Amino acid sequence: MRKQLIQKVNDPMTKTDAFISIRNVNKFFGKFQAINDVSIDIGHGEFFSLLGSSGCGKTTLLRMLAGFENPTSGEIYIDGQPMSGVPPHHRPVNMVFQSYAIFPHLNVRDNIAYGLRKQKLSRSKRNAMVDEMLDLIKLPDYGDRKANQLSGGQRQRIALARSLILRPKVLLLDEPLGALDKQLREQMQLELRALQKTVGITFVFVTHDQEEALTLSDRIAVMSNGRDLQVDTPTRLYESPMDREVASFIGTMNFFDGTVKALTDGGAEIETAGIGDVYTTNIPPSLTPGQSVSVAIRPEKLTLSSDGHGGSNTVKGRLDNAAYLGERSHYYVSVDGVPQPVAVSAQNRQRANGNAESQRPVWLSWDDNAFVVLGNG
Amino acid sequence: MSGHSYIKRPNRPLQIYAALFLVVLYVPVLFLPLFSFNTSIYVKFPLTGFTFQWYIELMDREPVWAALMNSLRVGVTTSLISTGFGIFAAKAITRYRLPGKGPLVGFIMLPLVVPGIIFGVALLILISRMGIPLSLYTVTIGHVIVCLPFAIATMIPRFEGFDPSIEEASADLGENAWWTFWRITFPMVFPGILASLLLTFTVSFDEFIMAFFLSGTDPTLPMYIWSQLRFPKEFPSILALASIILVVSFAMVFLGQWINRDAQATDSKSE
Repeated sequence: MRKQLIQKVNDPMTKTDAFISIRNVNKFFGKFQAINDVSIDIGHGEFFSLLGSSGCGKTTLLRMLAGFENPTSGEIYIDGQPMSGVPPHHRPVNMVFQSYAIFPHLNVRDNIAYGLRKQKLSRSKRNAMVDEMLDLIKLPDYGDRKANQLSGGQRQRIALARSLILRPKVLLLDEPLGALDKQLREQMQLELRALQKTVGITFVFVTHDQEEALTLSDRIAVMSNGRDLQVDTPTRLYESPMDREVASFIGTMNFFDGTVKALTDGGAEIETAGIGDVYTTNIPPSLTPGQSVSVAIRPEKLTLSSDGHGGSNTVKGRLDNAAYLGERSHYYVSVDGVPQPVAVSAQNRQRANGNAESQRPVWLSWDDNAFVVLGNG
Repeated sequence: MSGHSYIKRPNRPLQIYAALFLVVLYVPVLFLPLFSFNTSIYVKFPLTGFTFQWYIELMDREPVWAALMNSLRVGVTTSLISTGFGIFAAKAITRYRLPGKGPLVGFIMLPLVVPGIIFGVALLILISRMGIPLSLYTVTIGHVIVCLPFAIATMIPRFEGFDPSIEEASADLGENAWWTFWRITFPMVFPGILASLLLTFTVSFDEFIMAFFLSGTDPTLPMYIWSQLRFPKEFPSILALASIILVVSFAMVFLGQWINRDAQATDSKSE
């Protein structure tokens, strides 16, 4: 899609081994369209995230993978098999629910062994499998606890174990970390990622937390209003978002209007209203001279200094506002010809003393290729 | 804690009101057991002396035992049928998107407010038109109609009280609807089922109007009481019988409520 060489090597998915294939899926609830022509391929063993704000359709899509909702049109294939008409209890997928849905009348051991009934295992074999799971989730002594004697993090792990013991081809996770406090959440993120590497199962993970998605995923689908806006690796989503919506959903982004001035090999010279000409190789494929575009830059890719040295890749502005966040500070700089203040993020390498003086003149500078060109429209 | 919050502060007038309410509700009823222990056959003050005589007399009466057995049979059958229907009705009402759900629930609950005499007469006409002889079976049909709203109303909070994703999790882990019901839904709503059985049994056991219209030659216990009210000499024994029914009914309903006490709280407790 984009002229990009970086990351291609690490891309865990190539078209040929799509393990889950979502093909032109639409979903209506009455007149409301929850999913709008979504097509996504997910590779085997991939940690794939569906990212979006609430109501964007990510949970509906996950529930369609699990079989709790049926697509109004389109088809979902898992491991080559079409899934329409296959009820949840016959699908090779298991789900970790947002509420964990631990069976309250069963103890931990019986919760984990719940799905094993049909396998008609001997008692000792079954116990061995449950013990193995309890070890995997690091709760070896919790087998006899009742569900209401467990903390949120423990419930979450048991929900995981209950699914993983069945060796599903795909594990679906519906915001499983949403109910946990920040510290536990970060710890569980690491554990989840390690677990996925250990068991080698394809994970489809739903979250509204962009940081969580970036940390965990091999690839992410950014969703909005029932559409998949961009499906890419975390790095490419962050560094080369396709449009404004993706760019502003993931992290902070400064946008500038501009016109394509010239195309050189692999890059483009863009003339902008407020910050002069910028050169970058991060461009969409079909760019023509004279075309109006948006150029964007992340706050941490701008450098702020109080003594200007002119030259290219530099612009003068006034410091509007500064927010001290400890390890870093956020600055907002007004630049003539740019409607919004420009956000700059800088690490506080020196000890900060006192507040930054407002309205003083500052200079912003950047490297070539720090900007990304978004297609307008 | 020293202070009370705005909502939890004690409210003297409200306490007096509650006490008065209970007195008005239950004191008249308490005259029954009081006079059932009185030696005189006339229900009037002053009390003449304490006796178990009427209770002992009751034990020796063949028709009382027969009526009791009739009532037990009707009560047990009614509670099983109405609770059985009630389980599926409550599940359907709480779990599925039904067209016209609101009016439907209203219709199901209607027997609670329609006078028993109307239902009784209507059923009597219907049943005699169909040529079905009146018997304990026809009484049972009438009682199921009366009891169904109680069964449904008891079980709806149970179904509402648990997270639907628990049933989804069972399906996700490979169980079909049948097994999900037996492994998950049934054990989780079981206290509600017990409460419903106890409540519907009690309602059927105590019901008079339907039995009045629909019973044949075999009387239920309330019918028996009604038939004996004509004989002043029997009255103390009837008081004794009524007292026993009162205590047992109260105990059963209370037990049902106690079993089902955490209907709504189950989920909130688990975060």
